[in-house]
Amino acid sequence: MITSIRTIFKSQKVIPICSTILGILFIIAILAPWITPNDPIAVNLAYKLQPPSWDFPLGTDHLGRCNLSRILYGARISLGFAILIFISSLAIGLIIGTFSGYKGGWIDHILMRFCDGVMAFPSLILVLGLVGIFGPGLSQVILALMLVQWVYYARMFRGMVLSLKEQNFIFAAKISGSSQWKIIKNHIIPNVLPPLVVMGTLEMGWAIMDISAMSFLGLGVQSPTPEWGAMIHEGKSYIRTNPELMLYPGLSIMLVIVTFNLLGEALSERYGVKRRF
Amino acid sequence: MGNYILKRIMSIIPVFLLAALLTTGMVHLSSVDPAEAYLTAAHIQPTDEILAQKRHEFGLDQPFFIQYANSIMKICQLDFGISYVSNMPVWDEVIYRIPATIQLAIASILIAVFVSVPLGFLAGVKKGSAIDHFSRLISFFGASIPTFWLGYILVFFFSVKLNLFPVEGIGTWQHLVLPSITLALPLIAMYTRLLRASVLENLQQPYVLFARTRGLKEKTIMTKHVLRIAISPMITGLGMNLGKLLTGTIIVESVFSWPGFGRYFIEAIFNRDIPVIQCYVLIAASLFILSNLIVDVVQMYIDPRISRKEGQHR
Repeated sequence: MITSIRTIFKSQKVIPICSTILGILFIIAILAPWITPNDPIAVNLAYKLQPPSWDFPLGTDHLGRCNLSRILYGARISLGFAILIFISSLAIGLIIGTFSGYKGGWIDHILMRFCDGVMAFPSLILVLGLVGIFGPGLSQVILALMLVQWVYYARMFRGMVLSLKEQNFIFAAKISGSSQWKIIKNHIIPNVLPPLVVMGTLEMGWAIMDISAMSFLGLGVQSPTPEWGAMIHEGKSYIRTNPELMLYPGLSIMLVIVTFNLLGEALSERYGVKRRF
Repeated sequence: MGNYILKRIMSIIPVFLLAALLTTGMVHLSSVDPAEAYLTAAHIQPTDEILAQKRHEFGLDQPFFIQYANSIMKICQLDFGISYVSNMPVWDEVIYRIPATIQLAIASILIAVFVSVPLGFLAGVKKGSAIDHFSRLISFFGASIPTFWLGYILVFFFSVKLNLFPVEGIGTWQHLVLPSITLALPLIAMYTRLLRASVLENLQQPYVLFARTRGLKEKTIMTKHVLRIAISPMITGLGMNLGKLLTGTIIVESVFSWPGFGRYFIEAIFNRDIPVIQCYVLIAASLFILSNLIVDVVQMYIDPRISRKEGQHR
């Protein structure tokens, strides 16, 4: 077993395998309304807690809803919102970080002190605090995650811009009369991309974990919307009789996070990017 | 040395002021009116008169920065206000619940250290061996399993199937086992990984070669020299991860119905008990900042080269 694990870790196939798994998951998430066998929120108490059958391939939950359909729809929420959080916090971080690093001076100073302040808080506690003030709900959780995450991107972009600013090819571009925007677009952004891909991959895993943790606590996705963390929350009362109710969503979360983490690690090895622990 | 510590303590103050500003400002920015939240939590029918009275009582009719100064004054006296739900001072409620959380946190830190120090150290020294692969497996899955799910998996196997430990609650040492293991696994994953990398890095250092040339026993070199220096990033990790540990306690306490501070915080979020929420966030931030300070000082004792490096910078 250990040798096989070693070959998986070492082999160059990690990147294509993980990308394929994620690709399939994304397709499932997009096609969920057409490929699910049943309506994920249709309550049917006559069929509650059924074992797997042709109609319900993974059985049904305590309200007679199809487990498989709920899991497939759950992919939609987890992946969809993780991408939303990733893209929006990335965009905010990109703009503020690049601007801050490129401009320097007192603007840079104020922005970075603000980032220090936000980073002084453990991120999930800040998210919980924000949700506490704004009230429970999916959109509040998403907003809070965005507000916390962009700081890390801003930091990263600023650092990269600062180190790149001193490089000779930037000077050369400046001397030959390129505009500021052109320098950022043609010289800085291409250099920033590889570490970004690595960070983004790992970040997606974290975002999915955070969303499901918040939903598990009852602060994120509200029932009856199918979401993996919320499904574990609902299934926990049936741990003695029907442990599979919380087994399936848990395995789904783990599959996604393991894949993202493996991919992130393989990418960081390939591009020689140092990871943030 | 004393100078360095003093400087570090001084650097905490602005961060703390900012944290207080964020918690006060959060309420200001949100659409929530604390007076209204109070009345809802206390089941009082809000009329304009009572609302105005409560707003005055909370100091909400004053300018923002006076409110800010007042809240800092109060925090310095450990006055975090009155809980909307129980009508008791928040600080008393917190003091009552904190020991359970500390118990849980200490148990899981101990487990994490006792597992990850030997594991990470051996994995680094014997790179490529079975134990190294085992450590990679642990650190990989430990970082990928959602804590809340891991808790239920443990409950299923050890409480429901084997009937070894209680499902939830607090009391005997058996109650502590599953929650602290759940909380410890992500920490084990991180520390094992950190220590392994650090040992590998240190083995490349000239001082190891020098010690070998001096004819020291391999065992002495490893335990007295390499481990002592290699453990330093792990201590930083311990401090940095206190935040992660805190969020961990929130989730683990919910899973195992552990009557600690974290569960109280979640209840407060559901009840919109704003003083409790503010208090939790502030305490979490202070704890985080303080632990980083302690970590720096401890690290200087272990590896005196750090303070010398600091000295060179100034």
